[in-house]
Amino acid sequence: MHSPGRGEAGRRGQDVRSDLWVGIETRNTGGIELRLTSRVEPYYGDSIREQTTALLGTLGVAHARVEIEDQGALPFVIAARIEAAARAAGVTGGDARPERSAPLPPPSAKDRLRRSRLYLPGAEPKFFVNAGIHEPDAIILDLEDSVHPDHKDGARLLVRNALRCVDFQHAERMVRINQLPLGLADLEAIVPEGPDVILIPKTETAEQVEEVERAVESCQKRAGTSRPLWLMPILESALGIENSFPIALASGRVCALTIGLEDLTADLGVTKTEEGDETSHARRRLVLAAHAAGVQAIDSVYGDIGNLEGLRAWGTRARALGFEGMGCVHPRQIQVIHDAFAPSPAELQRALRVVSAFEDASRRGLGVVSLGTKMIDPPVVARMLRLVDQARRMGLVPDPPQAPEPKA
Amino acid sequence: MSASKPELVENAVGRRVPTSVNGAAQVPYKGVGNHVPTGRKHAPRVASCANYPADGNKLVGSIEEALRLCGLRDGMTISNHHHLRNGDRIALEVLETAGRMGVKDLMWFPSASFPCQEPVMGLMDAGVVHHIEGSMNGPLGEYCSRGKMRGLGVLRSHGGRWQAIQDDEVKIDIAVIAAPSADAFGNADGSHGRSACGSLGFALADSMYADKVIVVTDNLVPFPCVPWQIQGGNVDYVVPVDSIGDPSKIVSGTTEITRSPDRLKIAEYVARFLRDAGIMKEGFSFQAGAGGIALAFVMFLRQMMKEAAVRARFVRGGSTKYLVELLEDGLTDYILDGQTFDLDGVRSIASNPRHLATSPFTSYNYNGKGCFATFVDAVVLGATEVDVHFNANVVTHSDGRLLHGIGGWQNCLFSGCTILAVPSFRDRIPVIVDEVTTIVGPGEMVDVVATERGIAVNPRRQDLLDRLRGSKLPIRPIQEIKDEVERICGGKPRPPSFADQPVAVVKWVDGTVLDTVWRLGD
Repeated sequence: MHSPGRGEAGRRGQDVRSDLWVGIETRNTGGIELRLTSRVEPYYGDSIREQTTALLGTLGVAHARVEIEDQGALPFVIAARIEAAARAAGVTGGDARPERSAPLPPPSAKDRLRRSRLYLPGAEPKFFVNAGIHEPDAIILDLEDSVHPDHKDGARLLVRNALRCVDFQHAERMVRINQLPLGLADLEAIVPEGPDVILIPKTETAEQVEEVERAVESCQKRAGTSRPLWLMPILESALGIENSFPIALASGRVCALTIGLEDLTADLGVTKTEEGDETSHARRRLVLAAHAAGVQAIDSVYGDIGNLEGLRAWGTRARALGFEGMGCVHPRQIQVIHDAFAPSPAELQRALRVVSAFEDASRRGLGVVSLGTKMIDPPVVARMLRLVDQARRMGLVPDPPQAPEPKA
Repeated sequence: MSASKPELVENAVGRRVPTSVNGAAQVPYKGVGNHVPTGRKHAPRVASCANYPADGNKLVGSIEEALRLCGLRDGMTISNHHHLRNGDRIALEVLETAGRMGVKDLMWFPSASFPCQEPVMGLMDAGVVHHIEGSMNGPLGEYCSRGKMRGLGVLRSHGGRWQAIQDDEVKIDIAVIAAPSADAFGNADGSHGRSACGSLGFALADSMYADKVIVVTDNLVPFPCVPWQIQGGNVDYVVPVDSIGDPSKIVSGTTEITRSPDRLKIAEYVARFLRDAGIMKEGFSFQAGAGGIALAFVMFLRQMMKEAAVRARFVRGGSTKYLVELLEDGLTDYILDGQTFDLDGVRSIASNPRHLATSPFTSYNYNGKGCFATFVDAVVLGATEVDVHFNANVVTHSDGRLLHGIGGWQNCLFSGCTILAVPSFRDRIPVIVDEVTTIVGPGEMVDVVATERGIAVNPRRQDLLDRLRGSKLPIRPIQEIKDEVERICGGKPRPPSFADQPVAVVKWVDGTVLDTVWRLGD
């Protein structure tokens, strides 16, 4: 029994969709008194009442006034919002994590394809459930800048539940935590749910990465998991850029370095332009550091969602610099980015010819690879092998021996 | 006509339907193509020039005077068209005028109703209007669903409305046709004038078969008013008024493509489907409505047509600027337009001889010697629900409320490839379900259901599946999509609770009764 308290969570109003508002007032007697209004009352009213009662039981709340205004929220959202309201009311007990309904995907490889990663604001659950169908290489459940400081606790529960209940399909599941120490609470809630990558915002030193790594490992130990979990530091300041190489080497878990141009331009006191000349040096520096450390270099986001041609041009330049992907703030950007980071047909064709010549030479035990009368240098062969491998993972080259049959 | 308990029988899709509707005996649905009518078409009384002014001047001073001259009395059927959409002032004014004249128990027979006609509920409460046979949207649908209408609602497709008029199921006593342009003889046109709405096709049957025809216009032009979509030889009286409607609500300034990424995904899937299935080829034809997904589909298809250097022979409207762009870019030879949704559509139909106004007779009428809906290569339609047998619903929601009309939807099902483009769920409400609340389209007529979670092809269409071999589209069994949606939404939704009392019936295109809309339970 705890002392009576009041808490609320979620969003209310006519324009809210697929979310809900919950107010909980705990008390010492009187049982549970639930007032529910729901857009989906005829369909799921009873289901919401059952879910609420069961969840309050799990949380150890026996007496409370509960008010819910539901706008068609899915069950994992309802659970997160009720739990957040109860926590805000001072309820501390109970493991209210919903049953895992989305299968845990296979662990991701360190050098996996990461052309596009779609940002999903952590407090906006309506965008979660269909994120995977747009086929980004990754989704980022964001707990940092897109979440208002007052909503951090609620967003953390939403993201935790999403990792258990939302099928993001083939997308790698990334979470951007808050800066430490707030980020420690994020890690405690998130790491046991098996995300693939943690993005560390505003990284400036190798020590920050090491601190996150230690926290991740202690969370994993407590949760009894050793699933691979990668780290992606975001460099968003001049200091971070200057330290990019030690940051990339700070942990074997670092899979990529990425850059945050909004904060970086603010730090430099310069204006962000369409061409990006003002951050060109910083971006090149990051690419060098990442490659020197053997991790991926990933570019920032392109914020103008209406300008797909501008995005395409940015992505093409980024690939030419040595980046392997960039962030997206809208699903419409995904395909454009995939196109921009794909080799051109001519490039691919030449690479395939080189690779086939290489395979031919290997079969015949020849030390020298040649195409027609022209000898191909070993570094070129290596680059072409890598290019073909990437193109295969992008679906641009059929897997040997033949293309998969479509599902009927 | 009273709502005494009707006798119910089970029809060919297993739905219980009344054998009598508003006093008229009904034929239960027998299956697609199984009901072949006999007999002759209805014909209005013969008129004579002897009774009409030789100078062609049929002007009268007011709607009330015209109604009086037409002999308006209790129990008559009054018809209107819906080309003025939510900007229409005339339909309501006619019914309100009838109320002021002390007339009772009218049957209102619009080609569709809109929110601006909500006050008809008050006229039904007051006894002026007995019931509505026509689409009932929003609050009118809710009114009907609650069992407040004295007669049964009858929902027909645009083609079915023509069939009902032609076959004497519905005898129109007085047709009142709001016209953006007309001359004193009664020739009328929809594509010119400040209230221009494009086509007037939905009023054509009314003008041909009604006993009395009144044209109401706010743009009286000297004879001849051309093109005469409505012919003066069918018209009794012409009433000039200050305004027939609010132009800003008759057509939209611009129709906007959906911004929802999920709906754009569906639209893209549909366009790719037409391409990959080989339907998009030189000389093909398609129809897409003015909904967000359909418009976005046109945008994607247009790009693919350009890439493949393929042109359509005709596209079928509801026209919007997106179809007009296809026409003006030479990507289609013709637009065959049933209704005109935006200013670009109106401009085009008024000026481009390859943009033609059509009527439900040429496009949709099932009881005719063919109609071109059956040879459009593909249509893209919406739905409120689709079930695992591919049966589809457009009139009620899963909670049982009547909220939409059928429009041309049923007629379009006859195309070479009928694609329903729907989200798999809305908010938390599944769209792909075990069994639709109301069957408006029998599953055998629905070829493809395209959702953001994959595309289901009706197993009857093995030919489509064969043609899609090698396509990267996510083709999935509909049952699998339904199961996934139920997992996401947290189980099956509770089925609606109904009282055992019909409030409306859904007609199939041939005039038989396909399903019943029931009164909502408490």
